[in-house]
Amino acid sequence: MQHHTLSCCGGVRASLPPPTLSFRWSKIKREGGRRLPRCARIAAQLELKPPPYSLSSLEPHMSRETLEYHWGRHHRAHVASLNNLIAGTDLDGMGLDEIVVVSYNKGNPLPLFVHAAQVWNHDFFWQSIKPGGGGRPSGRLMELIERDFGSFDRMLEEFKRAALTQFGSGWAWLVYKANRLDVGNAVNPCPSEKDNKLVVLKSPNAVNPIVWDYSPLLAIDVWEHAYYLDYENRRADYVSIFLEKLVSWEVVSDRLDVAIERAAERAREDETRRQEDDAAVTHSEAVEMYLDSDTDDSEAE
Amino acid sequence: MAMALPLAYASSVVHPFEAGRLSFSTKATKHKKQIYQFRNVTKVLAYYGLTNPPYKLDALEPYMSRRTLELHWGNIHRGYSDSLNKQLANSPLYGCTMEELIKTTFNNGNPLPEYNNAAEVWNHDFFWESMQPNGGRLPWGGVLDQIEKDFGSFSNFRDEFVHSAMMLFGSGWVWLVLKTNERRLSIVRTSNALCPLVWGDIPIISLDMWEHAYYLDYKDDVSKYVNNFMDHLISWHSATARMVRAEAFVNLGEPKIPVA
Repeated sequence: MQHHTLSCCGGVRASLPPPTLSFRWSKIKREGGRRLPRCARIAAQLELKPPPYSLSSLEPHMSRETLEYHWGRHHRAHVASLNNLIAGTDLDGMGLDEIVVVSYNKGNPLPLFVHAAQVWNHDFFWQSIKPGGGGRPSGRLMELIERDFGSFDRMLEEFKRAALTQFGSGWAWLVYKANRLDVGNAVNPCPSEKDNKLVVLKSPNAVNPIVWDYSPLLAIDVWEHAYYLDYENRRADYVSIFLEKLVSWEVVSDRLDVAIERAAERAREDETRRQEDDAAVTHSEAVEMYLDSDTDDSEAE
Repeated sequence: MAMALPLAYASSVVHPFEAGRLSFSTKATKHKKQIYQFRNVTKVLAYYGLTNPPYKLDALEPYMSRRTLELHWGNIHRGYSDSLNKQLANSPLYGCTMEELIKTTFNNGNPLPEYNNAAEVWNHDFFWESMQPNGGRLPWGGVLDQIEKDFGSFSNFRDEFVHSAMMLFGSGWVWLVLKTNERRLSIVRTSNALCPLVWGDIPIISLDMWEHAYYLDYKDDVSKYVNNFMDHLISWHSATARMVRAEAFVNLGEPKIPVA
């Protein structure tokens, strides 16, 4: 059995290191000793990625027990369910980002959406925090925060408010929003960096801003399982500690760079497409137009 | 159950209608005198008190720990109640029973801001009363008959209830309701704060599936929580009382037409 580890598709689209896919060959038809079969059923299995730190390293802000349950049981269960549900379907073999967007189905989600999205969300969440995190961001991230929220503290206030007012289960996000119309021929006549903003939003249950074509930068899990063991019902304390002691602003900055690059690339694509469209119009033959005839006589005579 | 009590504050507008109302005022005697003289009037506000569960907080051990109840009732339920009262201080809603308040604020699917708090206060009251120490096991009499009629057997009902609870994603509740239109018992799963009262159905038993209800005791083992609820906590006494009341609103009888 061959094992390959491949990065998943959509380089600039992914805002986090992609989950590793291990390919398992099944039902291989071998011909003439060739390793690559003519038709093989490839079952791509998404793996449960461990957080980039040990489970006890976030103490005392997030206990080892929480991580054991949250990562070890909740996140793992979603990965298992997702693998079960995509096996043998079209979604098998797609990258996780794509699975999430496709299964969201523009607001009419397939049953596997919750699992796909929760796997994505939790991967993103573990990457967003680190031992010894917190502090303040710097560089372009700080500039954009100050531009779009007024000040870093105001952004934190808004983020906390989103996290606290998310009723029921869900997530609060800081996203980079490249404002574009979701129409095929949408053209922004004067595209500029200023159209793209940082925004705080909240989403229920498993929903995730990539389905709205935003670029998430930071997420906090406000499902109760994320904080109940450590903070009981005190969500406000959890959110404050998360922001003061756990957030990895370096990762957020990196994601911002990726997001800006992605937005710029799409703006360039739009621009080339627009120019091509314009060229197509001017070079095409004159459109036949039906004009009124000079006489007023009816043709039915 | 929570009841509306008018709370009077002095203001300057005179309403003869309000003049005769009882006021529960904790202010100074001089203020009281003013009210009894009906000179200043009352801006009457709705107020919903937090009721206690009908058992001590450690009575449901070991299936639901004391700490869970302390937090769930003492902090979370109380929090909803306080938030509701704060919201109602600036709201024109007055004079509703809790059930009416829920239906009104649900606003046919376009809920007003008070809905979540009102519904959660009611839902939790209902939930505490749906449980009892030494509960679980089987219902009896009319409730059992109705369950057997509508689900085939008690174990079918139990399986369906547990299954419904396991299928719920996110926060929500699982209910045994008496559907008024279909005139039968049914199991319903709702998200967040949604309550079957808004559809005119009559809830008989509920189970809180928000994670705060079970996480401290069971962590992620939802199936154990639900099974323990069914086997040891569910209060068929309450269910019977609620069915009796429900039958005043829903005709479950069938006419006994004699065969000639």
